[in-house]
This record gives sequence, C-alpha cells and structure tokens, in this order.
Amino acid sequence: MTVNGWIQVALYCAIIIALVKPLGYYMTRVFNGEVTWLRPVERALYAAAGTNEREEQHWLTYGLALLLFNGLGFLLLYALQRAQGALPLNPAGMTAVAPDLAFNTAISFVTNTNWQNYGGESTMSYLTQMAGLTVQNFVSAATGIALAVALIRGFARASARTVGNFWVDLTRATLYVLLPICVVLALVLVWQGMPQTLGPYVDAVTLEGGKQTIAVGPVASQTAIKMLGTNGGGFFNANAAHPFENPNALTNLLQMVAIFAVGAGLTNVFGRMVGDERQGWAIFAAMGVLFLAGVAVCYGVEAAGNPALHALGLDGASMEGKEVRFGTLASTLFAVVTTAASCGAVNAMHSSLMPLAGMIPLLNMQLGELIIGGVGAGLYGMLLMVIIALFVAGLMVGRTPEYLGKKIEAREVKMTLLGILVLPLVILGFTAIAVVLPTGTASMGNPGPHGYSEALYAYTSGAANNGSAFGSLTGNTLWYNLTIGIAMMIGRFFVIIPALAIAGSMAAKKTVPPSAGTFPTHGALFVGLLVGVVLIIGGLTYFPSLALGPIVEQLAMMAGQTFAAGN
Amino acid sequence: MAKTSSSVLDPKILVPAIGSSFAKLDPRVQIKNPVMFVLEVVAILTTVLLARDLVTGGANIGFSFQIILWLWITLLFANFAEAVAEGRGKAQADSLRQARIDIMAKRLHDPDRRDLFQSVPALDLQPDDVVLVEAGDFIPSDGEVIEGVASVNEAAITGESAPVIRESGGDRSAVTGGTQVLSDWIKVRITSAPGSTFLDRMIGLIEGAQRQKTPNEIALNILLAGLTLIFVFAVASIPSFAAYAGGSIGVIVLVALFVTLIPTTIGALLSAIGIAGMDRLVRFNVLAMSGRAVEAAGDVDTLLLDKTGTITLGNRQATEFLPVAGVAERDLADAAQLSSLADETPEGRSIVVLAKEKYGIRERDMASLDAHFVPFTAQTRMSGVDIGGSSIRKGAVEAVLAAVSAQVSAAVSAPLSAPASGGTHAAVAVRPSASANSVREIQAIAERIGKAGGTPLAVARDGKLLGVIHLKDIVKGGIRERFAELRRMGIRTVMITGDNPMTAAAIAAEAGVDDFLAEATPENKLQLIRDEQAKGKLVAMCGDGTNDAPALAQADVGVAMNTGTVAAREAGNMVDLDSDPTKLIEIVEIGKQLLMTRGSLTTFSIANDVAKYFAIIPAMFAAIYPQLGLLNIMGLKTPESAILSAIIFNALIIVALIPLALKGVRYRAIGAGPLLARNLLIYGLGGIIVPFIGIKLVDIVITAVGLA
Repeated sequence: MTVNGWIQVALYCAIIIALVKPLGYYMTRVFNGEVTWLRPVERALYAAAGTNEREEQHWLTYGLALLLFNGLGFLLLYALQRAQGALPLNPAGMTAVAPDLAFNTAISFVTNTNWQNYGGESTMSYLTQMAGLTVQNFVSAATGIALAVALIRGFARASARTVGNFWVDLTRATLYVLLPICVVLALVLVWQGMPQTLGPYVDAVTLEGGKQTIAVGPVASQTAIKMLGTNGGGFFNANAAHPFENPNALTNLLQMVAIFAVGAGLTNVFGRMVGDERQGWAIFAAMGVLFLAGVAVCYGVEAAGNPALHALGLDGASMEGKEVRFGTLASTLFAVVTTAASCGAVNAMHSSLMPLAGMIPLLNMQLGELIIGGVGAGLYGMLLMVIIALFVAGLMVGRTPEYLGKKIEAREVKMTLLGILVLPLVILGFTAIAVVLPTGTASMGNPGPHGYSEALYAYTSGAANNGSAFGSLTGNTLWYNLTIGIAMMIGRFFVIIPALAIAGSMAAKKTVPPSAGTFPTHGALFVGLLVGVVLIIGGLTYFPSLALGPIVEQLAMMAGQTFAAGN
Repeated sequence: MAKTSSSVLDPKILVPAIGSSFAKLDPRVQIKNPVMFVLEVVAILTTVLLARDLVTGGANIGFSFQIILWLWITLLFANFAEAVAEGRGKAQADSLRQARIDIMAKRLHDPDRRDLFQSVPALDLQPDDVVLVEAGDFIPSDGEVIEGVASVNEAAITGESAPVIRESGGDRSAVTGGTQVLSDWIKVRITSAPGSTFLDRMIGLIEGAQRQKTPNEIALNILLAGLTLIFVFAVASIPSFAAYAGGSIGVIVLVALFVTLIPTTIGALLSAIGIAGMDRLVRFNVLAMSGRAVEAAGDVDTLLLDKTGTITLGNRQATEFLPVAGVAERDLADAAQLSSLADETPEGRSIVVLAKEKYGIRERDMASLDAHFVPFTAQTRMSGVDIGGSSIRKGAVEAVLAAVSAQVSAAVSAPLSAPASGGTHAAVAVRPSASANSVREIQAIAERIGKAGGTPLAVARDGKLLGVIHLKDIVKGGIRERFAELRRMGIRTVMITGDNPMTAAAIAAEAGVDDFLAEATPENKLQLIRDEQAKGKLVAMCGDGTNDAPALAQADVGVAMNTGTVAAREAGNMVDLDSDPTKLIEIVEIGKQLLMTRGSLTTFSIANDVAKYFAIIPAMFAAIYPQLGLLNIMGLKTPESAILSAIIFNALIIVALIPLALKGVRYRAIGAGPLLARNLLIYGLGGIIVPFIGIKLVDIVITAVGLA
C-alpha cells in the first residue's frame, strides 16, 4: 500500500461525498414531481401509455406493474437476440443468439445484472446492443430507483394506502436522472477517446502485414449507462479493461464515480423524504465504513503480493490479470466499487486477485450489495438490514422496535427475512449442486479451492445481480446459462416483492413521534450497530463457503501449497 | 397473595421443574417454539442414526453418543428454564385455587326477596344470577353488589388483610369470587361465566398456562425461525462443498455445527422471559390481562396520572395561618384550632397539628370547654364550634364572607343556626364588626393562595374576620424526581385533576409534570387520550370508577384499581390489586425490562455464533484442509474436543442465563442512546467474547477428564 494509493482512495471518496447532497436534492425534487423541464415529453409518454400520473398505486398494483414491465422487457429482449440476423443495423453480420444464451442474457439485462456469457463484439448486433441491451440498461436501473423511491415513501408517509405510481417513477428516473447524466458522461467519454459510431468494424494492416479487425461501435453511450445504472455489461468482452471502453486514468475515475453516484445520492433522497437528512447520512456512513474496510483488505492483500512469486524473485504486488495502465490501486478499488455497487463492470480479472483480495468482491455481493449497491437496490437492501438491526437491538432500549417512528412488527420481519433468505438459498444451493455435478466442474478453469470459488462467485454474482465474473469459469454452457439465469431472476424479484410489501405496510402505519426513549438512528452508535449486524449476519451465512474457497486458498498459498489439476 | 420473593435456587421450585423438563419434551409442546422444535427433530434423528450405528457397528460411536447426549441436555435445559419460570407462579396459583373450590352459593329465586334461596355449587352459577352472601360466606363468583353494604376480606386476592367496604352503587360495588364477607350481607349479581372469573384468570396468568404469545414475541419467533433457515442453508451446503474438495463430513459433526449456530440460547429462554415478566407484575400485585399490555407498557409515551393520591397525598394539609391586619397570628391559630378540635377530616386534623407545631397550642378537651361542634354541611359550607358565648366558623372564603356580610347588612344580632352534632341548636352572636377593609384583605389572601395551588379557608369569630388558613395539596415526596426520571425515559406525564386551571397549574409546576388537564371530566379525559393516540402515542392511565371505563378501554395500558367497579375492571387491561395508582410508573419499567431482556439475550445468542464457527469449522475440515487449522485461534485440543466443547458450551450457557432471564435486565433511565450503547457493549461485544473463553475452558476440562 502506498500513500499515493490512499490519496487516490480519499479523492474518490471526496468526490462521492460531494455528490451526495446535490444529487439527493435533485432526485428528491424529481420524484416529488417538482422538476418539470421535460414536462411535454413526460406528458406525451403518460398519454401514450394511458396512465394518469396523479393516480397513485397500492404496493400490490405497483409491484404488478413492475413485474409486467420487466416481463415484457424480457420477452422483447429475447426475441430481439433470436431475430437479430434478420434485422437491420448488423454490419458485422451477427447470427441469431442460441436460445439458452439468449435466455440468460435477457434475464441478465432485465434484472440489472448484466452477467455476460457472451462476448459483445462477437455475438451482438448494433441493434441488439442499442435497442435491446442499452434500453434495458436504462429501464432496469430505473426500475431499481423506482422501487427504492417507493420504499422511501413507505417510511416517509403515515397512514397512507399508496406508495407512488410505478409508471411515473420509472419515467422520471429515466428522463430526469439517467438520460441527462448519461448524455453528458458519454460526451466526456468520447472526448477522452472512446468510440461512438454505427460504422462497421475497422480493418487494420499490422506491421507484419497481417490483417486485424478492430471492433468499434456505439461504445461511449453504452458505457455511460452501464456505469451510471450499475449494469456493468461491457460492450466488449474485456469490459472496462479494454482500451476502447476505458481509455485512461480519468475515464477510470469517472466510471467509478458514475457507479456510486446515483446509489449514494439515493441515501440523501431517503433522508430528505423522511424529513431528516441525518438519517440518510447515517445509512451512507454505514455503507462507507463497510466500503473502506473492503478497500483496505483488498488493497492491502494485493499490494503485499504473492509469496510464491516472491520466491521466484518477482517482487512487488501481483500484476497478473491487471491492466498495467491502472496498476494495483486503481484495479482493486475498481473491483471493490463494482461489487459494492451491483455494477459488475471490471477493469481487472477478479479471478487473478489474491485469494483473500478476491474474497472481498465475493463478500461484497454476498452481503447483498448494500454498500451503495445497485441503483435503488443498494438502498432497499440496506433498509432490510436496518429493519433486522433495529428489531434485535431496538428492544434493548426497552421499547418494541421502531424505525423512523414506524413500529417493526411481525409482518415486516417476515418480509425482510424473505428478502434476506433468498440470496443464501440461491447462492449456496446452486453452488452446492454445481460443484458436485460433472457439468458444473467441467466449466471450471482451475482445480482446488479456486475452481470452487469460480462457481461460488458465478452464482453469487448472478443472485446478487452484480454481473461481474471471476473470469476463469466457462459460463456459456446450458447448465450455467439456465441456473445463473434462474439465480438472477430469483435474486432480483424475490427481493423486490418483499421490499414493496414492506413499503406498503410501513406507509399504512402511524408515525410515533420520537422521544428521549427512542433510539436515535442518526448517530455513530446506529452506524456501528448497522455495520455490525451486516457483517455478523452476512459472515455467519457465508463463513463456511468462504472458508472452503478464498480463505483456505490464501492459507495454502501462504504455506506454499499449490493445487494441481485433478486434485 | 403474599409478596414473598422466592429465589431462583428454591428447591421447592427446582425439584418439580426437573420433572416437567422431561414432560415438556413432548413434540406437541415443543412445536410452539420453532427453534427448539428443530433441535428436537435433529436430536431424534441423530438418536435413530446412533441406534443404527450401534447395531451395525459404526465408527466413533463414543463421540456421537456424547454429542447426541448434549443435544438432549440442551433441550432439557430449555424446558427447565421455562419450568422454573412457571414454577415461581405455581405456589401462588395453588393457594388461589384453594379459594375457588368447594364454595356453595345461595342463589336467590327472586332478587327482591332475601329469604328464599337455593344452595348451589359456585361453579354452576351463570351470569345474571343473583346470590346472597352473608357474614362468614365466601363470595362465590365475580359480581356486582346490587343491594347492601358489607366489609369484605380480600386477602386471598390482594394479600392485604384489612377488610374493605363493598356496597351497591358507586365505585366500590365490584366483588371478587373467593373473597369473604366478614359482616353484614350483600346481594350480588353474578357477572362472570364459570371458569372465566377473575380468580380463574389470575390462576391462568400466574401459571403461564393461558399465556398467549405477544406480538413482539411472535415477530421475534419469526426472526429466529428465519435465522434457523439461513443456517440450514449454510450447513446443508457443506457436504457438497466437502465432496468437491474430495472429503466427507459426518452427519454428527454437521448436526453439531447446525445446533450451535441456530439461536438456541434465546429460543430456550424466550418463553421464560415472557413468563418471568408477567410474574414480576404479579409479585408487584398487578395482573396483566394480556402479555400485549405488558409490552405496550414498555412503549408508553404518555402517562395520565390522577392528581389526588398519585401526585399529591390524598388530603390537603394546613401549612400557614394568614391573619388580617390587626389580628395576631397566634389568635388566628388559636381560633382555627378550636374550630377544628372535633373536625375529624384530615384537613381539620392538619390544622390542629399545625397550631401545635407552630405555636405550641395544645389540644383541648371539647367537653371540658363546654364547646359544641358545628359540623360541615353542603348548605353552609362551613364548620366550627360554639364555645362559651362566642362562635367560631371556618369554611370556604365565599361562604364565610357571605355569612359575615349577611350579619353586617342585617346589622342585628341574628342567630346563625346550624344543626349541631348533638341535635341541639346553638344561638350564635356574630357582631357586625367586619369592615370592608378586612373583606378585601381576605379576598386578596385567598386569591394569592389559589394562585399558588392551595385552598384558602376563611376563619371568623363572632362575625369578625380573623384571617385565612392556607390548605395545601402536599406533593408526594420524591415524585418530582420520578417525573424527571420518566422524562429521561421519554415519557410525558399529564396530571388529571378536577381543580380549576389556576390551582392545577400551580400543583403541576410543583410536582414537575409535563402537562395537566384541569376540570377533568370523563369526556375530556377520553378526548385527551384520543388526541394523544392520534399523534401516534401510546397512553397509559389508571382509574377506578365506572365513568373511567371508556378512558380505560381507550388507553393502550389501562390499569384498573381492584377497589374499582366491575365496569372499570373489565375495561382496563391490567388490574392493580393494591389499588395504588403510583404503580403505573413501575409497570412501565417492568414492560421496558421485559423488552430489554428479550433484546439483550437475542443479541447475545446471535453474537455467540462467531466463536462457534471458529471452534467448529477448522475441526470439521481438519482432514480435508489442514491449513484451516490456523483459524483455530482458541487452540482447542483436537477436532473432537473442539466440536464437543462448542456444543457443551451451547447447552451450559442456557442454564447460566436462566437467572438473568428470570430477573430481567435492569432498566436505567439514562436515555435511549447511552442505554443501547451499554447493552450492546455487554450483550453484543460480550456475546462475541464470552464463548471464546467459555469454549476454551470447556475444552480444557473435557480434555483433562478424557472425554475427547
């Protein structure tokens, strides 16, 4: 670890902290309907969709609208991939995507996961990329934001029946938040050298006289939303490690900032809407503590390097699988950021991280990606943990548990547990099956604990809707396409529905005014409690699975043991 | 009920508790507690597997046997905790049950006639039957006195041996089955169906038999079940992970890990905590009709307290003699004392006491002075004494002034007659000497006293105004501190009084309550509760009269006085057997204590798991990945001893925590933040650290004795 490295971390954190308030202020106004500069477009859209923007929905109606919208989005994206060969904007002549891969990809983009079992430049036509994938990059992100806003309203309202209007929230999130920022970001990225063209791939003659096809395309526009919407699906197979998708240090920083921006801002929206910005800062602080702890471990282990390589005289940090342009810090910071949020873009191969450093991205996702998290998803994930934390610890002040004046009762506990149980069930369940099935182990790129980590990472990434890959697992098989597809679907919607149910029941409750006997949820004590509960619940759930993967691998590495194939 | 405190180690409780620990192994009992039920299922399955291994000759049977044995011991410990908690109430319940059986009732054929009745067993009585209860009889069931007055010994219920008066009409008409009429007779209309009388409910509550899970307990059970499910996933995936690594893990080891991880500590103690909470109330002579009410007590935001008897001593006391100009203070005191010698009201007594304390005026014998006492009547609103030729009167300022000025305007020596106690009439001469000045002076003093929250009593002798006695509501000692403490707990206190707003404000300020409701009526009391509740607050109050019933029913915690009416007792969700309204404050604390104990032990239980992982995971994979031995930071001897130590610790911690579960975590009014910080430190951090030490100690012991 170097001072320079930590200064970069500090710079990054400072930028994010500076963005929280302005973005929070702006988004609060957007979702309160006070931002109107695109009013005509908004109205036209509502008219076309036939919804009345003033009509609010019950949480069930809200949820049905959400499921309907995502269901149709899935069908459309699947159809587009299957038919792309016959459709225009296909200069590279891509053929139809295989059914299982199309299934996996459609779910992947609808659920904001962007797990990619395909190489973009060798599989998808421009039309599929733009009209299919990029569109879902926007609306899946907007769906997450809409849900977070609905849950925030649940906490902010009292004795209310409704939690907002899904169509309105979706439209406003896209129109006022995602689109404008993406336009600006894309232009900056183009300025920094990122391609943005609908022209065909470029053929170049190499020095040796050979011919090389250089893939280009509308990269900047997709990259902007891939980061801002925490989607993570790269235009190119190498994702943000590709020079066209991440040309230099500035774009690397901008992309990391874009990943956290909306999620961080939403904590402030939360604070503003519940009428006490400190509540938002407390949640943000808890996320910050967990984030910095992750960075410290990941960066520390990486900077220490691999003793096995040191023994061979290769001093310094381990550089295998990393872009030389970015180095240790920028790669590890990116890895922590992309998994803390549910982005999944990568600028280094996570599989090549030191075992314990690689455990941090894994753990980030297993905790439920509530450290800033996916746009919207991070906030509602963290709010679920807040409910658990206050339910257990809140009793210790001698009152039945409450948060922001709302009593936490059996129904909320039930829904919260449903939302929390889904992840371990899917992650541990599928991994347990995959590591003993020949078709599961056949895809592994490494023997021993590392191969196991690959499978664990794949299902974790899918279920947590992250989308980053460990890198050495061959995911494009029937087994992985189907199971990871199912994991993504369950991991998304089986959390969304309970979260909405909580929004509904919270909104219906009366608000009890705080008193000296109420546990204040804006101080350091609450932050500490929340961090503790997240780590203990997450740690207890995944400790055995992590012990058998990254932990034992790290210990073995330190003992100088390697795992040969067939072990 | 005797207020004896039996210690946890009382053999009278422990011995039967051991027996019922085994009886409670019945799965039909266990299923009410999801965590313990899961444990029992696991214990049964592993026992079956052990039996199979014994037959087929499996490996490591000794180790398996020990683990399984400890599973059963864990279950027994959990049952024991519940049995001990229940046992504390059993003795009380038994003595109550004595009061219930074998009572014969005199059922009247015609409620209007007292002579025609039929003897029937008390258990056959139906609501609306009318029974006659005569001196020496036990009252057969709950009811309302419709005719007569009687003194009743309610010791069976309240533990208070002094008899109380029960009479028809008014607020003292409720009688309780099992109590005994000592003198006179009453006609009682039965209000409870057989089996649901107050006594039955008390027995049920004390024994915990009718204990319903409270809302928070249900929610907590859901959480515990959810955590159990998470550990099912975590443990069930291990065999496959191990298979991938080329090894296998025995069922017994997996079971050991699973059982130590699931929240058995809180699962085992949860029901004991609830029973103990109710029991604390019972020991305090308060009966909660539902556990929900106890929980709500912890959440109370606003406390409505009646002024008289709760905030102030029941009676006003004389604190000052304030003479008008030209009258010596001692003369006023002397006259006031004379007029009060025969006045047996507490106010009257306090005047005599004050005169003695302040001026050394001794008590005089009325008879030897040839004095006639003139008692207070609603018409005259005065009382006094006729002594020798002069008459002394004291009373409400307006009444005395009116009497004096009537004589002044008449300007004659008119006799002011008032019926004396002896039935004789005393002619009193009141001279028309009251000047306009002294009237104004009296009024000024009276106004000053009123503003200070006191009651002025004017004193006149023979038509001459002497001055004013300052009667004061005496705020109970220490009550101000209690209110300050309540404020720190986040509870707002509202004083309810029939006084005018001025007086009420003065007393409110003196007592340190946050707010007051003056000139209270049942209607505006109810309205106040509704307003508070509309703001989302939980309200607690106590009351005894029938007109309190709507407010008692509306309040989230309504404590009815046992002396109160049937209507009040039905409306409230708690009954205070001592009829002491101050207890509301303690009830709130007991509620908070219950919730805190639950939260603290849940936190402790979950925090314990960290150490258990560090004990079992390295042991579990010792054969497959010896590198994980580095995680054995406790340095446990062997894989077997590590696993066994974890499971033994897991069982022993339950027993170790029984006293805490029964006693409850102490509530401190230090504000929610510091309180939570304190409890998190003890039960959260402590919960992480304690098992590391505990498991290590168990490991040392069992390796020393060679168990593993």
